[in-house]
Amino acid sequence: MTTQATVIEILNDLTGNDVSQKLDDNLFDTGLLDSMASVQLVIELEERCGVSIPISEFDRSEWDTVNKIVAKVTALQ
Amino acid sequence: MINLQPYASPTYFLILIGTLLPAMVALYFGKRLPVYEALWTFGFLVVTFGGNHWHQGLALIGYMIYQALLVAGYQWYRQRSNQTSVFVTLVIASILPLVGVKLAPVVPAHSLSLLGFLGISYLTFKAVQVIMELRDGTIKTIRTWEFLRFLLFFPTVSSGPIDRFRRFQADITVVPDRGQYVEMLDTGIQYLFRGFVYKYLLGYVFGTLWLPNLAHMALANRNALGGTGISWQLILYMYDYSMYLFFDFAGYSLFAIGVSYFLGVKTPANFNAPFIAHNIKDFWNRWHMSLSFWFRDFIFMRVTFFMMKKRLVKGSVRISQLAYLINFLIMGFWHGVTWYYIVYGLFHACAIILNDCWLRFKKRHRQLVPHNQWTELFSIFITFNTVCLSFLIFSGFLDTLWRH
Repeated sequence: MTTQATVIEILNDLTGNDVSQKLDDNLFDTGLLDSMASVQLVIELEERCGVSIPISEFDRSEWDTVNKIVAKVTALQ
Repeated sequence: MINLQPYASPTYFLILIGTLLPAMVALYFGKRLPVYEALWTFGFLVVTFGGNHWHQGLALIGYMIYQALLVAGYQWYRQRSNQTSVFVTLVIASILPLVGVKLAPVVPAHSLSLLGFLGISYLTFKAVQVIMELRDGTIKTIRTWEFLRFLLFFPTVSSGPIDRFRRFQADITVVPDRGQYVEMLDTGIQYLFRGFVYKYLLGYVFGTLWLPNLAHMALANRNALGGTGISWQLILYMYDYSMYLFFDFAGYSLFAIGVSYFLGVKTPANFNAPFIAHNIKDFWNRWHMSLSFWFRDFIFMRVTFFMMKKRLVKGSVRISQLAYLINFLIMGFWHGVTWYYIVYGLFHACAIILNDCWLRFKKRHRQLVPHNQWTELFSIFITFNTVCLSFLIFSGFLDTLWRH
């Protein structure tokens, strides 16, 4: 599975929404993600994409859309 | 010897900005004067912590040496190894002076208070943050003078806003181009003037003109409503105090941010119209933001991450509730070890937990909950009143009303 597909699957599970058509929507402004969901996201990404994401790395402004998350994870891989 | 307290008088602003002019002119012409900026900082530290505040000055020097040694030592260690126990020890060591100062009023050893100085809480947030980022590897190297410059950045030294090292470092080491800098000066001036209106006009009206009278009237009714002291005057006091708290602190924050901008540093905002928040979660994204985001990033997220990773608690809902409780209790204790600060923390923890339950309910039963401008107004009204009640607790006035 591509990184993008994995990220979308994780986010769909976490938010209970289909984010596959909202790749550039701000996930925090739309209320889909909060701090708690971000932590779950980080843990899922670590487990399923084999990356290590220290909490200090999680600057909201760099992780607030699906596309940005995919770019971040790809860069870390 | 003279002593000046930050942003306390018009003279202070004149001296502050007057002495800053050479650095500002240099920035305008595309140069940064790091030595001048350092001397300026040193000069202002001397007039803030010198004179009859000399004991605070000594405490500050001791504190800075201590924190600089901790950070340098941990950096040296971190380049070689990465034990969790060492990290935890370092974090505890770093907050120890602050814990001592906070405990001073409640333990017999009053000499602990000698450790204290204006701004110790805010410097501690920055020092702990550096240690956590060294642990995470997002800060690899930090020279001692860079650390000192970050902690002692004068505009924010006494009460924040709490900046982040990497963000600050990126601003202080570059020269904005002229267009950007002129824009920053413009914004900085607007902030200063808004700050004057907030702190010296509105803060004065709510805090100095009205608050003492309302307090007096509320105290005169201390036997109201079956001895609880709940009277109309008390409710007026609650709203008035909330307004005073906001305008006073938001005004101060605007000064600190405005002066930062003059130095080419975009210190983060502290307030974003907190009284139009439509729930408590939203409120904490708008009120004292640099503090609440610090708590979010360095306490809440780390606590939840730890509990989930180690599977200490089952269920993400339970985990978040526990993390909220820990988060807001620490915030309460940080304000001070008195019952009303701790209750204030507990109150907000309960409020945000209830808020989360409601949000979950709403998500599941979307069709049951109407959403229109009236429900929006209603939720702002509820949030505003909940927040004002929490500030009444925070004010300590109930302590006076009930116990003295």
